Amino acid sequence: MKRLRRLFIAPAATILAVTLAAPLAIVLIYSLMTRGAYGGVEHPFTLENFTRLYDPLYGAILWRSCWIAAVATALCLVIAFPLALFIARSGPKKNLYLSLVILPFWTSFLIRTYAWMFLLRDTGLINTVLQSLHLIHDPLPMLYNSGAVILGLVYGFLPFMVLPLYATLERLDPALAEASADLGARPWQTLWRVTIPLCSPGIRAGSILVFVPCLGTYITSDLLGGSKTILIGNLVQNQFTSARDWPFGAAASIALMAVAMALLLSARKRGEEML
Amino acid sequence: MGDAILELRGVSKRFASHAAVSNVTLGVPRGSFFSLLGPSGCGKTTTLRMIAGFETPDQGEIHLNGSRIDALPPYRRNVNTVFQNYALFPHLTVRGNVEFGLRRKGFDGIETRVQSVLDQVRLAGKSSRMPAQLSGGERQRVALARSLVLHPDVLLLDEPLSALDPQLRKQVRAELKDLQRRVGITFLFVTHDQEEALSMSDLIAVMNAGSVEQTGTPEEVYRRPKTRFVASFLGAMNWINNCGLRPEALRVSRTPGVDSRPAVVTSSTFLGPIMHVEATLETGESCTAQVFTNGGSPFLPGDSVHLCWNLSDELRFDR
Repeated sequence: MKRLRRLFIAPAATILAVTLAAPLAIVLIYSLMTRGAYGGVEHPFTLENFTRLYDPLYGAILWRSCWIAAVATALCLVIAFPLALFIARSGPKKNLYLSLVILPFWTSFLIRTYAWMFLLRDTGLINTVLQSLHLIHDPLPMLYNSGAVILGLVYGFLPFMVLPLYATLERLDPALAEASADLGARPWQTLWRVTIPLCSPGIRAGSILVFVPCLGTYITSDLLGGSKTILIGNLVQNQFTSARDWPFGAAASIALMAVAMALLLSARKRGEEML
Repeated sequence: MGDAILELRGVSKRFASHAAVSNVTLGVPRGSFFSLLGPSGCGKTTTLRMIAGFETPDQGEIHLNGSRIDALPPYRRNVNTVFQNYALFPHLTVRGNVEFGLRRKGFDGIETRVQSVLDQVRLAGKSSRMPAQLSGGERQRVALARSLVLHPDVLLLDEPLSALDPQLRKQVRAELKDLQRRVGITFLFVTHDQEEALSMSDLIAVMNAGSVEQTGTPEEVYRRPKTRFVASFLGAMNWINNCGLRPEALRVSRTPGVDSRPAVVTSSTFLGPIMHVEATLETGESCTAQVFTNGGSPFLPGDSVHLCWNLSDELRFDR
């Protein structure tokens, strides 16, 4: 019986070993090697790639990545919570609304990001309409800044926040909200004292699902942020492509992973204390 | 009905497919233990929810302590509910649950009020436990404490014993009745269990299909039921010649008497001090008699017997 159980995880374990553990090991080894003249890596082993990361320039990039991911996560939470609450209380229409939430996944993320460029750029739809209505004279600078990146991230990752929130809210016993009102709590007190605390597993799961990919994003920041908003994802990408500094790119991605892991572990520890 | 703390006047509630409650009129006397008794789906829980404020009546009025409350939200009504599964807040301790209402209503002296109510329900030592760490009986007492600490005009209890195991249920009945007497708060108790209603209540309103069929003391509704439904819902009932007869009203003897009817025993069940004797009359009607087992030879299946009863024990109904 136990052997059979092990068989069940065999496919997933194999795939993870081949596609995650092995590449991770390669990245780790590369990060400790010396840069080759035309890309690639050479001997000898060194820690120099990691010491280079101490440069304030890279510190600023890492810091910017963290706050943009944090702001995007917070905005997702603020937008997703009322939406998830609405869907959880929609009775038989729940499934319709849920499919609308995941509808954007039917189109490639890249295409959807290009669509945002079309909307936001100086000659884009929004600026053109506003100009033709004579509401503005010069086009609003809506593209190629941190705001555009945050907008793109919120748009792209909103469903990842909605779904776990919905899952916890939907399971919440409606009698608890009734009990709260019965004991004299006004609706917003019930929300703050009962619904949100009981939804914390969903809030935590959704925040992790949004924050981690936002931290490592590079398509959104590349297309919507332009050259001004370099995030750590773009740094890694540059090192492996134009800069041809694979060991440093590997070190940067290890650093990114370390930051993400540290934040996750601290969030989880706090979560366990609550339970 | 003298001093009614809670009054329902012609209250009706329709749901999409059916009338849940139709034209219910009730008066709950101050300080009484009042039960709404009926089978599931009879509208008793909907009635309770309208009093608590979770449902709005389509018609009729609800008056609490002299003022009309049927349009007020739950948090503005001075009634509190003990929910069927208690609905304790799982993220709060026992103390947190009990304090919840006091904090929302901004009461003073929270500490001492919580302490005294926890003492009352014998939970003083468990105030820092989480609900998940409590037994079913303890959870029920937390639910009671959480409501009683607010001194509601009426405490609404929605089948609060149904989640307990049967052993505990009988014990809690006595405790609950005792608690009600001590705190002097009016209890409105919803149940489908006639034994619960009979043993605890000062007054019982028997509900069926959305209407109140009869309101009275336990003895009145049992001994003088107004409708066939009330007669058969409370206790066992035999139907002979369209008259209702309680099993304890039937006498069984081996010799014929005045106005007795011959019958044949089909089965008998020994229950200690009493015995249930099932017999078939010549008309083919079968009935159950409850007789004392006082040492005589027991009635056995196949025995020819004679049944008789007092005419005054016959219950007749128009509906």
